[in-house]
Amino acid sequence: MSKQILELKNVSKIYGSLKALADINLKVNAGDWLSIMGPSGSGKTTMINIIGCMDTPSTGSVILDGVDISRENASSLTRIRRDKIGLIFQQFHLISYLTAVENVMVAQYYHSMPDEAEAMEALEKVGLKDRARHLPAQLSGGEQQRVCIARALINSPEILLGDEPTGNLDEENEGIVVDIFRRLHDEGVTIIIVTHDPEVGDVAQRKIILEHGRVIQDIDQTSTFGQALKIHHE
Amino acid sequence: MFWHMVFKTVIRQKSKMLMIAFTVILGVSLSTAMMNVMLGVGDKVNRELKVYGANITVRHKDAALMNDLYGLNEGVGVNDKFLFEEDVLKLKTIFWGFNILDFAPMLEGKAVMNLPGKNSPAVDVKINGTWIAKHNTLSTGEELDTGLKALRTWWDVKGEWLNESRDDEVMFGNLLAEKSGVKIGDVIALNGRNFIVKGIFTDGGDADEEILMTLAAAQSVLKLSGKISSIEVSALTTPDNDLAKKAAQNPKSLSPDEYETWYCTAYVSAICHQIQEVIRDGVAKPVRQVAESEGTILNKTTLLMILITILSSIGSALAISNLITASVIERSQELGLLKALGAYNWQIALLVLVEVMITGLFGGIFGYFLGIGFAQVIGQTVFGSYIEIAQMVILIVGVILFFVTLAGSIPAIRYLMALKPTEVLHGK
Repeated sequence: MSKQILELKNVSKIYGSLKALADINLKVNAGDWLSIMGPSGSGKTTMINIIGCMDTPSTGSVILDGVDISRENASSLTRIRRDKIGLIFQQFHLISYLTAVENVMVAQYYHSMPDEAEAMEALEKVGLKDRARHLPAQLSGGEQQRVCIARALINSPEILLGDEPTGNLDEENEGIVVDIFRRLHDEGVTIIIVTHDPEVGDVAQRKIILEHGRVIQDIDQTSTFGQALKIHHE
Repeated sequence: MFWHMVFKTVIRQKSKMLMIAFTVILGVSLSTAMMNVMLGVGDKVNRELKVYGANITVRHKDAALMNDLYGLNEGVGVNDKFLFEEDVLKLKTIFWGFNILDFAPMLEGKAVMNLPGKNSPAVDVKINGTWIAKHNTLSTGEELDTGLKALRTWWDVKGEWLNESRDDEVMFGNLLAEKSGVKIGDVIALNGRNFIVKGIFTDGGDADEEILMTLAAAQSVLKLSGKISSIEVSALTTPDNDLAKKAAQNPKSLSPDEYETWYCTAYVSAICHQIQEVIRDGVAKPVRQVAESEGTILNKTTLLMILITILSSIGSALAISNLITASVIERSQELGLLKALGAYNWQIALLVLVEVMITGLFGGIFGYFLGIGFAQVIGQTVFGSYIEIAQMVILIVGVILFFVTLAGSIPAIRYLMALKPTEVLHGK
């Protein structure tokens, strides 16, 4: 059995009178592929921000690779995020004046040391080696998202976190990105993805449905019941 | 990667960076000009004021005492007390000898004047003998031309100035010439010795009722060989401060350190003190009006320059602050992304600071040379001469530029520190 990489214990996040997350409990093992779904305002982004060390819970604890990150200061969170998390965004967020390979190298620079050969290898994995010297504006949306995935993977993170990674892509590019996730999952990468898209959510190994900040469903999609649900959904 | 990002950002944001550079150019050029003028203006103002004559007078100590006690400028106890002509050149041997620009020994006295060929009675007249433009060779081998001609630049002279080598010529003050009916070219007799009137001058003061002649001629007429009544000295001085005022009252009241500081600064009191050390029986006193005017004008001019420099620095800091903050807000998504990728606050702050410092450096270099140009324009327009460029201004401007840029970056850095990647990356 693979080791537990992430655990949320009674995690709540409160903004004034709004409870964005309410008493969430969740365990994720290394190599899992988890999708988080739910309507707008259900707390998906808040949850991924907390897991991604970009926010802290109001109560409860978050154990990431054996370390409780819920009480860490901003500087420690930055270090943990840099070492253990790879982030993919809906809007790609590539630096417009740097080429694809340079965008990947920026993540290397703030992690350890830029290595162009390694960055090129990461781009090759997402099928963009021949587009490495292009600026983001010269790339299609799907290509930009693939650069974003290469950047997220370059420092070999413990968890790959995606916030609506296919939200801005057409069907064809969505398929390409999902295939990349599938391959990464086969290689043993832990993937957690927030998505609105049922097709993307359904390909994950496990699916969590959030509503009003609470987990209302936690479905193991590899089980018979999960498969049945999936077929029913389809 | 760091420098790559810095240079790409500078190039990409060239219009904003040009605005920052332009702001720096304005601030630095103004500061450079003001500081160069400020540091060079002392000599310029002093030299300007030198046209109003000597700023130090040396007299025999007894004559000075009579003047101090009773306000007497002539009579027993004043006119019969003399200094020695042979001591005059020692003025250039004092510590601040280099600051002594011009000087002239004076021998004042009264003589009986006759106008040969004219049927007019003999009259007593005041005569004044001095160096007109004497060429001297100092004991150091240095050569020097000095005399009254350099100290009376405002005189309106009809005819000619006296020739230093001729002791049979005189110049008349215009009032005396008018009263006596003397014209240029006339021959007069003083104590029985004949002189040719070479010129008539207008001073605007008591000298208009005197006869001027060379020192040698006056000593001959008055039979006072080697004697002088006083010395007029024109020296470049530093404005008095509290230390100088304390020293002027009593140099012995100073501590050894204070004494050394005072002695080695060109305060008028320090120069007077040093003059007294070399002129036998002499008491040197500043001509208060001139010395104080110099000090007041210098202090006010310096204050004005400092104020302009401070205000321009504050203005630059504010403008830079606005521009950098606007630039950082515009780039908040990019900078938030760097935070999300694992950059510490200080790494992002350093990135922004280096971008601004590089822009500021280019602006600073350009502004410095522009400032030198401004200083020369001011020098030419106000003082009619070039302003000497002070090397130390580079250092001062560099320090000001660094702190102004740093101060201007503070609001942007604070904004950066507070920037949350979650907010900018989710477009909130």
